[in-house]
Amino acid sequence: MNRVAPARAVSSPPPGVSVRIEGVSKAYDTREGDSIPALDRTDIMIEPGEFVAIVGPSGCGKSTALNLIAGLLPASSGRILLDGEVVKRPHRKIGVVFQTDLLLYWRTVTENILLPIEIKRGRAADYLPRVEQLLEQVGLQGFGGKYPSELSGGMRQRVAICRALIQDPGLLLMDEPFGALDALTREQMIMDLQAMWLSVRNTVLFITHSIEEAVFLADRVIVMSPRPGRVDLDLHIELKRPRRWAVHTDPRFVDYMARVRKIFESKGVLTER
Amino acid sequence: MLALLILAVWQAVVPLAGISEFVLPTPWTIVKRIVSDWMLLFRHAWITVLEVVFGFGIAVLTGIPTALAIFYSRVFEKAVYPLLVALQTVPKVVLAPLLVLYLGYGWAPKIFLAFLISFFPIVIATVVGLQALEKPMVSLLRSMGASERQVFVKLRMPAALPNIFGGFKVGIGLAVIGAVIGEYVAAERGIGYLQMQASSRFDTVLSFAAVIVISGVGVMLFSIISFLERKIVFQRETAR
Repeated sequence: MNRVAPARAVSSPPPGVSVRIEGVSKAYDTREGDSIPALDRTDIMIEPGEFVAIVGPSGCGKSTALNLIAGLLPASSGRILLDGEVVKRPHRKIGVVFQTDLLLYWRTVTENILLPIEIKRGRAADYLPRVEQLLEQVGLQGFGGKYPSELSGGMRQRVAICRALIQDPGLLLMDEPFGALDALTREQMIMDLQAMWLSVRNTVLFITHSIEEAVFLADRVIVMSPRPGRVDLDLHIELKRPRRWAVHTDPRFVDYMARVRKIFESKGVLTER
Repeated sequence: MLALLILAVWQAVVPLAGISEFVLPTPWTIVKRIVSDWMLLFRHAWITVLEVVFGFGIAVLTGIPTALAIFYSRVFEKAVYPLLVALQTVPKVVLAPLLVLYLGYGWAPKIFLAFLISFFPIVIATVVGLQALEKPMVSLLRSMGASERQVFVKLRMPAALPNIFGGFKVGIGLAVIGAVIGEYVAAERGIGYLQMQASSRFDTVLSFAAVIVISGVGVMLFSIISFLERKIVFQRETAR
Protein backbone atom coordinates (compact mmCIF):
# COMPACT_ATOMS: atom_id res chain seq x y z
CA MET A 1 0.00 0.00 0.00
CA ASN A 2 1.49 3.29 -1.01
CA ARG A 3 0.95 6.03 1.48
CA VAL A 4 -0.72 9.02 -0.09
CA ALA A 5 0.72 12.40 0.73
CA PRO A 6 -1.55 14.30 3.12
CA ALA A 7 -1.83 17.15 0.66
CA ARG A 8 -4.82 16.87 -1.65
CA ALA A 9 -3.76 15.03 -4.78
CA VAL A 10 -6.42 16.35 -7.12
CA SER A 11 -7.74 19.71 -6.03
CA SER A 12 -8.11 21.83 -2.96
CA PRO A 13 -11.52 21.57 -1.31
CA PRO A 14 -14.01 23.95 -2.87
CA PRO A 15 -15.91 26.20 -0.50
CA GLY A 16 -19.30 24.86 0.48
CA VAL A 17 -22.32 25.64 -1.63
CA SER A 18 -25.13 27.79 -0.26
CA VAL A 19 -28.67 26.40 -0.46
CA ARG A 20 -31.83 28.51 -0.63
CA ILE A 21 -35.19 26.82 -0.62
CA GLU A 22 -37.77 29.52 -1.39
CA GLY A 23 -41.45 28.80 -0.88
CA VAL A 24 -41.14 25.30 -2.26
CA SER A 25 -44.18 23.04 -2.44
CA LYS A 26 -44.31 19.56 -3.84
CA ALA A 27 -47.37 17.40 -4.39
CA TYR A 28 -47.47 13.90 -5.80
CA ASP A 29 -50.23 12.77 -8.10
CA THR A 30 -51.75 9.45 -7.12
CA ARG A 31 -53.13 6.82 -9.48
CA GLU A 32 -56.63 7.90 -8.53
CA GLY A 33 -55.89 11.40 -9.80
CA ASP A 34 -55.65 12.96 -6.33
CA SER A 35 -52.79 15.16 -5.33
CA ILE A 36 -50.95 14.42 -2.08
CA PRO A 37 -48.97 17.34 -0.67
CA ALA A 38 -45.53 16.24 0.51
CA LEU A 39 -44.00 19.63 1.11
CA ASP A 40 -45.88 22.88 1.71
CA ARG A 41 -44.43 26.38 1.07
CA THR A 42 -41.15 25.58 2.75
CA ASP A 43 -38.29 28.05 3.20
CA ILE A 44 -34.87 26.83 4.27
CA MET A 45 -31.61 28.76 3.94
CA ILE A 46 -28.31 26.99 4.41
CA GLU A 47 -25.03 28.89 4.63
CA PRO A 48 -21.92 27.61 2.82
CA GLY A 49 -20.06 25.14 4.99
CA GLU A 50 -22.96 24.54 7.34
CA PHE A 51 -23.88 21.06 8.55
CA VAL A 52 -27.67 20.96 8.65
CA ALA A 53 -29.75 18.00 9.78
CA ILE A 54 -33.41 17.65 8.94
CA VAL A 55 -35.20 15.40 11.37
CA GLY A 56 -38.76 14.21 11.15
CA PRO A 57 -40.97 11.14 10.94
CA SER A 58 -41.78 9.34 7.69
CA GLY A 59 -43.95 11.40 5.40
CA CYS A 60 -42.73 14.79 6.63
CA GLY A 61 -41.29 15.57 3.23
CA LYS A 62 -37.65 15.44 4.24
CA SER A 63 -36.69 12.95 1.53
CA THR A 64 -38.76 14.94 -0.94
CA ALA A 65 -36.77 18.04 -0.01
CA LEU A 66 -33.55 16.15 -0.67
CA ASN A 67 -34.74 14.89 -4.04
CA LEU A 68 -35.73 18.42 -5.02
CA ILE A 69 -32.32 19.82 -4.04
CA ALA A 70 -30.58 16.98 -5.86
CA GLY A 71 -32.51 17.98 -8.99
CA LEU A 72 -34.13 14.55 -9.22
CA LEU A 73 -37.67 15.93 -8.90
CA PRO A 74 -39.20 19.17 -10.11
CA ALA A 75 -40.85 21.38 -7.48
CA SER A 76 -44.59 22.04 -7.87
CA SER A 77 -43.99 25.67 -6.94
CA GLY A 78 -41.26 27.84 -5.51
CA ARG A 79 -37.60 27.51 -6.34
CA ILE A 80 -34.33 26.13 -5.06
CA LEU A 81 -31.01 27.91 -5.55
CA LEU A 82 -27.54 26.45 -5.12
CA ASP A 83 -24.96 29.22 -4.97
CA GLY A 84 -27.60 31.50 -6.48
CA GLU A 85 -28.26 29.16 -9.41
CA VAL A 86 -31.78 27.74 -9.84
CA VAL A 87 -31.82 23.93 -9.70
CA LYS A 88 -33.31 22.43 -12.83
CA ARG A 89 -31.31 19.24 -13.12
CA PRO A 90 -28.73 17.43 -10.99
CA HIS A 91 -26.04 19.92 -10.09
CA ARG A 92 -22.39 19.09 -10.72
CA LYS A 93 -21.34 20.23 -7.26
CA ILE A 94 -23.42 17.76 -5.27
CA GLY A 95 -22.73 14.30 -3.92
CA VAL A 96 -25.58 12.13 -2.65
CA VAL A 97 -25.52 9.28 -0.15
CA PHE A 98 -28.72 7.25 -0.05
CA GLN A 99 -30.20 5.04 2.63
CA THR A 100 -28.73 1.90 1.09
CA ASP A 101 -25.23 1.83 -0.35
CA LEU A 102 -26.41 1.26 -3.96
CA LEU A 103 -23.02 -0.10 -4.98
CA LEU A 104 -22.84 -1.84 -8.35
CA TYR A 105 -21.97 -5.43 -7.47
CA TRP A 106 -20.04 -6.05 -10.68
CA ARG A 107 -17.61 -3.23 -9.96
CA THR A 108 -14.77 -3.20 -7.45
CA VAL A 109 -14.70 -0.67 -4.62
CA THR A 110 -12.39 1.61 -6.61
CA GLU A 111 -14.51 1.30 -9.77
CA ASN A 112 -17.63 2.15 -7.75
CA ILE A 113 -16.01 5.24 -6.27
CA LEU A 114 -14.90 6.37 -9.74
CA LEU A 115 -18.39 6.02 -11.24
CA PRO A 116 -19.24 9.77 -10.93
CA ILE A 117 -15.99 10.59 -12.72
CA GLU A 118 -16.87 8.24 -15.57
CA ILE A 119 -20.35 9.73 -15.82
CA LYS A 120 -18.83 13.18 -16.15
CA ARG A 121 -16.31 11.81 -18.65
CA GLY A 122 -13.35 12.71 -16.48
CA ARG A 123 -10.07 10.79 -16.56
CA ALA A 124 -10.49 8.11 -13.93
CA ALA A 125 -6.74 7.58 -13.59
CA ASP A 126 -6.30 11.16 -12.36
CA TYR A 127 -8.52 10.41 -9.39
CA LEU A 128 -6.86 7.19 -8.22
CA PRO A 129 -4.73 8.97 -5.57
CA ARG A 130 -7.89 10.66 -4.26
CA VAL A 131 -9.64 7.27 -4.07
CA GLU A 132 -6.79 5.91 -1.97
CA GLN A 133 -6.92 8.97 0.25
CA LEU A 134 -10.67 8.66 0.80
CA LEU A 135 -10.44 4.92 1.52
CA GLU A 136 -7.75 5.61 4.07
CA GLN A 137 -9.91 8.27 5.72
CA VAL A 138 -12.75 5.79 6.20
CA GLY A 139 -10.44 3.01 7.35
CA LEU A 140 -10.68 0.92 4.19
CA GLN A 141 -7.12 1.20 2.89
CA GLY A 142 -6.27 -1.79 0.75
CA PHE A 143 -9.92 -2.59 -0.03
CA GLY A 144 -9.95 -0.90 -3.45
CA GLY A 145 -9.82 -4.18 -5.36
CA LYS A 146 -12.56 -5.91 -3.36
CA TYR A 147 -16.10 -6.40 -4.60
CA PRO A 148 -19.07 -5.09 -2.59
CA SER A 149 -20.17 -8.65 -1.77
CA GLU A 150 -16.92 -9.10 0.15
CA LEU A 151 -17.68 -6.16 2.47
CA SER A 152 -19.91 -5.74 5.51
CA GLY A 153 -22.88 -3.35 5.48
CA GLY A 154 -20.95 -0.63 7.29
CA MET A 155 -17.99 -0.93 4.94
CA ARG A 156 -20.26 -0.73 1.93
CA GLN A 157 -21.87 2.46 3.18
CA ARG A 158 -18.39 3.91 3.75
CA VAL A 159 -17.61 3.17 0.12
CA ALA A 160 -20.85 4.92 -0.86
CA ILE A 161 -19.71 7.97 1.11
CA CYS A 162 -16.32 7.91 -0.64
CA ARG A 163 -18.16 7.76 -3.97
CA ALA A 164 -20.18 10.86 -3.03
CA LEU A 165 -16.99 12.68 -1.98
CA ILE A 166 -14.76 11.75 -4.93
CA GLN A 167 -15.40 15.07 -6.65
CA ASP A 168 -15.11 17.13 -3.48
CA PRO A 169 -18.73 18.22 -3.73
CA GLY A 170 -19.61 21.64 -2.35
CA LEU A 171 -22.84 20.09 -1.08
CA LEU A 172 -23.20 16.62 0.36
CA LEU A 173 -26.76 15.32 0.58
CA MET A 174 -27.32 12.36 2.88
CA ASP A 175 -30.67 10.60 3.00
CA GLU A 176 -30.83 8.56 6.22
CA PRO A 177 -27.41 7.15 5.40
CA PHE A 178 -27.06 5.11 8.58
CA GLY A 179 -30.67 3.94 8.82
CA ALA A 180 -29.88 0.45 7.57
CA LEU A 181 -26.89 -0.15 9.86
CA ASP A 182 -26.68 -1.86 13.23
CA ALA A 183 -26.36 0.38 16.30
CA LEU A 184 -22.63 -0.10 16.90
CA THR A 185 -21.65 0.40 13.27
CA ARG A 186 -23.88 3.47 13.20
CA GLU A 187 -22.12 4.99 16.21
CA GLN A 188 -18.73 4.54 14.54
CA MET A 189 -20.03 5.96 11.26
CA ILE A 190 -21.37 9.06 13.02
CA MET A 191 -17.95 9.69 14.58
CA ASP A 192 -16.18 9.08 11.27
CA LEU A 193 -18.54 11.33 9.36
CA GLN A 194 -17.85 14.17 11.77
CA ALA A 195 -14.09 13.67 11.40
CA MET A 196 -14.32 13.63 7.61
CA TRP A 197 -16.52 16.66 7.50
CA LEU A 198 -14.19 18.61 9.80
CA SER A 199 -11.39 17.99 7.31
CA VAL A 200 -13.51 19.15 4.36
CA ARG A 201 -16.00 21.68 5.76
CA ASN A 202 -18.35 21.57 2.81
CA THR A 203 -22.09 22.11 3.14
CA VAL A 204 -23.94 19.01 4.36
CA LEU A 205 -27.66 18.35 4.41
CA PHE A 206 -28.23 15.30 6.52
CA ILE A 207 -31.67 13.71 6.62
CA THR A 208 -32.49 11.44 9.50
CA HIS A 209 -35.28 10.27 11.76
CA SER A 210 -32.90 10.00 14.68
CA ILE A 211 -33.03 13.05 16.95
CA GLU A 212 -29.80 12.02 18.61
CA GLU A 213 -27.93 11.62 15.31
CA ALA A 214 -29.13 15.06 14.21
CA VAL A 215 -28.18 16.89 17.42
CA PHE A 216 -24.80 15.18 17.63
CA LEU A 217 -23.73 15.91 14.05
CA ALA A 218 -25.32 19.17 13.01
CA ASP A 219 -24.74 22.89 13.40
CA ARG A 220 -28.46 23.32 12.88
CA VAL A 221 -31.32 20.91 13.33
CA ILE A 222 -34.44 21.55 11.29
CA VAL A 223 -37.50 19.74 12.61
CA MET A 224 -40.26 18.90 10.18
CA SER A 225 -43.72 17.47 10.72
CA PRO A 226 -45.84 15.57 8.23
CA ARG A 227 -48.92 16.06 6.08
CA PRO A 228 -48.07 18.42 4.60
CA GLY A 229 -44.37 18.72 5.36
CA ARG A 230 -43.44 21.98 7.09
CA VAL A 231 -40.59 23.34 9.17
CA ASP A 232 -41.59 23.48 12.86
CA LEU A 233 -38.29 24.30 14.50
CA ASP A 234 -34.90 25.58 13.40
CA LEU A 235 -32.47 24.88 16.21
CA HIS A 236 -28.84 26.04 16.35
CA ILE A 237 -26.66 23.51 18.13
CA GLU A 238 -23.94 25.37 20.00
CA LEU A 239 -21.69 22.50 20.99
CA LYS A 240 -17.92 22.63 20.46
CA ARG A 241 -16.30 20.49 17.78
CA PRO A 242 -14.99 17.92 17.52
CA ARG A 243 -17.82 16.51 19.60
CA ARG A 244 -16.92 13.43 21.59
CA TRP A 245 -19.39 10.67 22.30
CA ALA A 246 -19.52 11.89 25.93
CA VAL A 247 -21.33 15.02 24.74
CA HIS A 248 -24.48 12.88 24.94
CA THR A 249 -24.52 13.49 28.69
CA ASP A 250 -23.90 17.25 28.37
CA PRO A 251 -26.95 19.09 29.82
CA ARG A 252 -27.18 21.28 26.69
CA PHE A 253 -27.23 18.16 24.50
CA VAL A 254 -29.99 16.70 26.63
CA ASP A 255 -31.89 19.99 26.41
CA TYR A 256 -31.63 20.10 22.59
CA MET A 257 -32.92 16.54 22.40
CA ALA A 258 -35.83 17.43 24.67
CA ARG A 259 -36.78 20.48 22.60
CA VAL A 260 -36.93 18.44 19.40
CA ARG A 261 -38.85 15.68 21.15
CA LYS A 262 -41.35 18.23 22.46
CA ILE A 263 -42.24 19.25 18.89
CA PHE A 264 -42.97 15.65 17.99
CA GLU A 265 -45.04 15.20 21.13
CA SER A 266 -47.09 18.32 20.39
CA LYS A 267 -47.68 17.06 16.84
CA GLY A 268 -48.70 13.63 18.05
CA VAL A 269 -45.75 11.98 16.36
CA LEU A 270 -44.51 10.75 19.72
CA THR A 271 -46.91 9.87 22.54
CA GLU A 272 -46.33 8.40 25.99
CA ARG A 273 -49.07 6.21 27.32
CA MET B 1 -21.08 -42.29 -12.43
CA LEU B 2 -24.81 -42.94 -12.53
CA ALA B 3 -24.77 -42.53 -16.31
CA LEU B 4 -22.05 -45.17 -16.60
CA LEU B 5 -24.02 -47.56 -14.37
CA ILE B 6 -27.15 -47.10 -16.48
CA LEU B 7 -25.15 -47.73 -19.66
CA ALA B 8 -23.62 -50.86 -18.14
CA VAL B 9 -27.03 -52.21 -17.10
CA TRP B 10 -28.43 -51.35 -20.53
CA GLN B 11 -25.49 -53.12 -22.21
CA ALA B 12 -25.97 -56.21 -20.04
CA VAL B 13 -29.76 -56.47 -20.01
CA VAL B 14 -30.43 -56.32 -23.76
CA PRO B 15 -28.80 -59.70 -24.60
CA LEU B 16 -29.77 -61.29 -21.27
CA ALA B 17 -33.45 -60.49 -21.67
CA GLY B 18 -33.32 -61.61 -25.27
CA ILE B 19 -34.34 -58.22 -26.67
CA SER B 20 -33.56 -57.95 -30.35
CA GLU B 21 -30.97 -55.28 -31.15
CA PHE B 22 -33.41 -54.29 -33.85
CA VAL B 23 -35.81 -53.06 -31.17
CA LEU B 24 -33.30 -51.81 -28.61
CA PRO B 25 -29.67 -51.75 -29.66
CA THR B 26 -26.99 -51.84 -26.97
CA PRO B 27 -24.96 -48.70 -26.27
CA TRP B 28 -21.88 -50.34 -27.74
CA THR B 29 -23.64 -51.02 -31.05
CA ILE B 30 -24.73 -47.37 -31.18
CA VAL B 31 -21.21 -46.13 -30.46
CA LYS B 32 -19.81 -48.36 -33.21
CA ARG B 33 -22.41 -47.00 -35.61
CA ILE B 34 -21.59 -43.39 -34.71
CA VAL B 35 -17.92 -44.09 -35.39
CA SER B 36 -18.52 -45.90 -38.69
CA ASP B 37 -21.06 -43.37 -39.99
CA TRP B 38 -19.57 -40.24 -38.48
CA MET B 39 -19.22 -38.44 -41.82
CA LEU B 40 -22.90 -38.91 -42.58
CA LEU B 41 -23.95 -37.86 -39.08
CA PHE B 42 -21.59 -34.91 -39.06
CA ARG B 43 -22.79 -33.66 -42.46
CA HIS B 44 -26.42 -33.65 -41.36
CA ALA B 45 -25.71 -32.37 -37.86
CA TRP B 46 -23.75 -29.46 -39.33
CA ILE B 47 -26.84 -28.40 -41.33
CA THR B 48 -28.89 -28.48 -38.13
CA VAL B 49 -26.27 -26.49 -36.24
CA LEU B 50 -26.35 -23.80 -38.92
CA GLU B 51 -30.15 -23.62 -38.80
CA VAL B 52 -30.04 -23.27 -35.02
CA VAL B 53 -27.27 -20.67 -35.08
CA PHE B 54 -29.05 -18.53 -37.67
CA GLY B 55 -32.47 -18.89 -36.03
CA PHE B 56 -31.09 -18.16 -32.57
CA GLY B 57 -28.89 -15.35 -33.88
CA ILE B 58 -31.88 -13.63 -35.48
CA ALA B 59 -33.84 -14.14 -32.24
CA VAL B 60 -31.07 -12.39 -30.26
CA LEU B 61 -30.72 -9.57 -32.78
CA THR B 62 -34.46 -8.88 -32.87
CA GLY B 63 -35.39 -9.99 -29.35
CA ILE B 64 -33.19 -7.54 -27.46
CA PRO B 65 -34.34 -4.47 -29.44
CA THR B 66 -37.94 -5.66 -28.97
CA ALA B 67 -37.35 -5.94 -25.23
CA LEU B 68 -35.85 -2.44 -25.19
CA ALA B 69 -38.87 -1.06 -27.07
CA ILE B 70 -41.18 -2.73 -24.56
CA PHE B 71 -39.12 -1.34 -21.69
CA TYR B 72 -38.81 2.22 -22.95
CA SER B 73 -42.15 2.73 -24.67
CA ARG B 74 -45.40 2.64 -22.73
CA VAL B 75 -47.34 2.16 -25.94
CA PHE B 76 -45.21 -0.84 -26.85
CA GLU B 77 -45.53 -2.24 -23.37
CA LYS B 78 -49.33 -1.93 -23.39
CA ALA B 79 -49.82 -3.06 -26.99
CA VAL B 80 -47.13 -5.62 -27.70
CA TYR B 81 -46.06 -7.17 -24.41
CA PRO B 82 -49.38 -8.83 -23.48
CA LEU B 83 -49.58 -10.20 -27.01
CA LEU B 84 -46.08 -11.65 -26.73
CA VAL B 85 -46.83 -13.23 -23.37
CA ALA B 86 -50.03 -14.74 -24.81
CA LEU B 87 -48.22 -15.97 -27.91
CA GLN B 88 -45.62 -17.63 -25.74
CA THR B 89 -48.22 -20.12 -24.59
CA VAL B 90 -48.81 -21.27 -28.18
CA PRO B 91 -46.73 -24.36 -28.85
CA LYS B 92 -44.77 -23.03 -31.81
CA VAL B 93 -44.07 -26.50 -33.22
CA VAL B 94 -47.69 -26.81 -34.37
CA LEU B 95 -46.85 -24.09 -36.89
CA ALA B 96 -44.23 -26.29 -38.54
CA PRO B 97 -46.52 -27.75 -41.26
CA LEU B 98 -47.83 -24.28 -42.09
CA LEU B 99 -44.34 -22.84 -42.28
CA VAL B 100 -43.37 -25.53 -44.75
CA LEU B 101 -46.44 -24.65 -46.77
CA TYR B 102 -45.46 -20.97 -46.90
CA LEU B 103 -41.69 -21.13 -46.85
CA GLY B 104 -40.94 -24.34 -48.72
CA TYR B 105 -38.59 -27.22 -48.02
CA GLY B 106 -35.32 -25.34 -47.74
CA TRP B 107 -33.56 -23.47 -44.92
CA ALA B 108 -36.28 -20.93 -44.32
CA PRO B 109 -38.89 -22.86 -42.29
CA LYS B 110 -36.26 -24.44 -40.00
CA ILE B 111 -34.50 -21.17 -39.33
CA PHE B 112 -37.82 -19.45 -38.85
CA LEU B 113 -39.02 -22.07 -36.38
CA ALA B 114 -35.73 -21.98 -34.46
CA PHE B 115 -36.03 -18.18 -34.39
CA LEU B 116 -39.68 -18.13 -33.36
CA ILE B 117 -39.28 -20.61 -30.54
CA SER B 118 -36.22 -18.91 -29.01
CA PHE B 119 -37.42 -15.32 -29.55
CA PHE B 120 -39.96 -15.27 -26.71
CA PRO B 121 -37.78 -16.41 -23.82
CA ILE B 122 -35.09 -13.93 -24.88
CA VAL B 123 -37.54 -11.01 -25.03
CA ILE B 124 -39.24 -11.86 -21.77
CA ALA B 125 -36.02 -12.53 -19.86
CA THR B 126 -34.59 -9.22 -21.08
CA VAL B 127 -37.71 -7.23 -20.15
CA VAL B 128 -37.84 -8.85 -16.71
CA GLY B 129 -34.13 -8.15 -16.22
CA LEU B 130 -34.51 -4.50 -17.16
CA GLN B 131 -37.57 -4.04 -14.97
CA ALA B 132 -35.96 -5.71 -11.95
CA LEU B 133 -33.61 -2.77 -11.39
CA GLU B 134 -34.27 -0.85 -8.18
CA LYS B 135 -35.44 2.73 -8.72
CA PRO B 136 -32.96 4.28 -6.23
CA MET B 137 -30.12 2.92 -8.39
CA VAL B 138 -31.38 5.04 -11.27
CA SER B 139 -31.74 8.06 -8.93
CA LEU B 140 -28.14 7.58 -7.88
CA LEU B 141 -26.84 7.78 -11.45
CA ARG B 142 -29.16 10.67 -12.26
CA SER B 143 -27.85 12.57 -9.23
CA MET B 144 -24.40 12.25 -10.81
CA GLY B 145 -25.81 13.93 -13.91
CA ALA B 146 -26.00 10.77 -16.03
CA SER B 147 -27.93 10.83 -19.30
CA GLU B 148 -30.37 7.99 -20.03
CA ARG B 149 -27.79 6.57 -22.42
CA GLN B 150 -25.23 6.48 -19.61
CA VAL B 151 -27.76 4.99 -17.20
CA PHE B 152 -28.36 2.27 -19.78
CA VAL B 153 -24.71 1.51 -20.48
CA LYS B 154 -23.38 1.77 -16.92
CA LEU B 155 -26.35 0.35 -15.05
CA ARG B 156 -29.36 -1.10 -16.84
CA MET B 157 -27.50 -3.37 -19.26
CA PRO B 158 -24.97 -4.84 -16.81
CA ALA B 159 -27.74 -5.32 -14.23
CA ALA B 160 -29.94 -7.15 -16.76
CA LEU B 161 -27.18 -9.37 -18.20
CA PRO B 162 -27.69 -12.33 -15.84
CA ASN B 163 -31.37 -12.44 -16.84
CA ILE B 164 -30.57 -12.00 -20.52
CA PHE B 165 -28.16 -14.93 -20.43
CA GLY B 166 -30.82 -16.96 -18.63
CA GLY B 167 -33.05 -16.23 -21.62
CA PHE B 168 -30.27 -17.23 -24.03
CA LYS B 169 -29.79 -20.56 -22.26
CA VAL B 170 -33.48 -21.41 -22.48
CA GLY B 171 -33.61 -20.08 -26.05
CA ILE B 172 -30.68 -22.08 -27.44
CA GLY B 173 -32.15 -25.36 -26.20
CA LEU B 174 -35.52 -24.51 -27.71
CA ALA B 175 -33.90 -23.42 -30.99
CA VAL B 176 -32.46 -26.94 -31.40
CA ILE B 177 -35.95 -28.39 -30.89
CA GLY B 178 -37.37 -25.89 -33.40
CA ALA B 179 -34.84 -26.76 -36.09
CA VAL B 180 -35.23 -30.53 -35.62
CA ILE B 181 -39.04 -30.33 -35.68
CA GLY B 182 -38.74 -28.31 -38.88
CA GLU B 183 -36.63 -31.10 -40.33
CA TYR B 184 -39.10 -33.76 -39.21
CA VAL B 185 -41.90 -32.08 -41.10
CA ALA B 186 -40.17 -31.56 -44.39
CA ALA B 187 -36.50 -31.54 -45.22
CA GLU B 188 -33.86 -33.00 -47.47
CA ARG B 189 -31.00 -32.65 -45.00
CA GLY B 190 -30.31 -32.16 -41.33
CA ILE B 191 -30.04 -34.53 -38.38
CA GLY B 192 -33.83 -34.61 -37.91
CA TYR B 193 -34.26 -35.58 -41.56
CA LEU B 194 -31.61 -38.32 -41.16
CA GLN B 195 -33.43 -39.71 -38.14
CA MET B 196 -36.79 -39.77 -39.96
CA GLN B 197 -35.11 -41.58 -42.83
CA ALA B 198 -33.55 -44.09 -40.46
CA SER B 199 -36.88 -44.73 -38.72
CA SER B 200 -38.71 -45.24 -41.99
CA ARG B 201 -36.10 -47.87 -42.89
CA PHE B 202 -36.40 -49.43 -39.39
CA ASP B 203 -32.73 -48.60 -38.86
CA THR B 204 -33.08 -48.26 -35.08
CA VAL B 205 -29.34 -48.09 -34.52
CA LEU B 206 -28.95 -45.04 -36.77
CA SER B 207 -32.02 -43.47 -35.20
CA PHE B 208 -30.42 -43.83 -31.77
CA ALA B 209 -27.14 -42.51 -33.13
CA ALA B 210 -29.03 -39.42 -34.37
CA VAL B 211 -30.53 -38.93 -30.89
CA ILE B 212 -27.03 -39.00 -29.38
CA VAL B 213 -25.71 -36.55 -31.96
CA ILE B 214 -28.64 -34.14 -31.53
CA SER B 215 -28.14 -34.22 -27.78
CA GLY B 216 -24.44 -33.57 -28.33
CA VAL B 217 -25.29 -30.58 -30.51
CA GLY B 218 -27.61 -29.20 -27.83
CA VAL B 219 -25.03 -29.65 -25.07
CA MET B 220 -22.33 -28.06 -27.20
CA LEU B 221 -24.38 -24.97 -28.06
CA PHE B 222 -25.51 -24.60 -24.45
CA SER B 223 -21.87 -24.85 -23.32
CA ILE B 224 -20.88 -22.07 -25.71
CA ILE B 225 -23.53 -19.80 -24.16
CA SER B 226 -22.40 -20.77 -20.66
CA PHE B 227 -18.83 -20.05 -21.61
CA LEU B 228 -19.75 -16.60 -22.94
CA GLU B 229 -21.77 -16.00 -19.79
CA ARG B 230 -18.79 -16.75 -17.59
CA LYS B 231 -16.68 -14.38 -19.69
CA ILE B 232 -19.19 -11.52 -19.84
CA VAL B 233 -21.41 -11.66 -16.78
CA PHE B 234 -19.98 -10.91 -13.37
CA GLN B 235 -20.27 -14.08 -11.28
CA ARG B 236 -21.96 -12.98 -8.10
CA GLU B 237 -21.56 -16.30 -6.30
CA THR B 238 -17.83 -16.67 -6.78
CA ALA B 239 -17.20 -13.60 -4.65
CA ARG B 240 -17.99 -15.20 -1.31
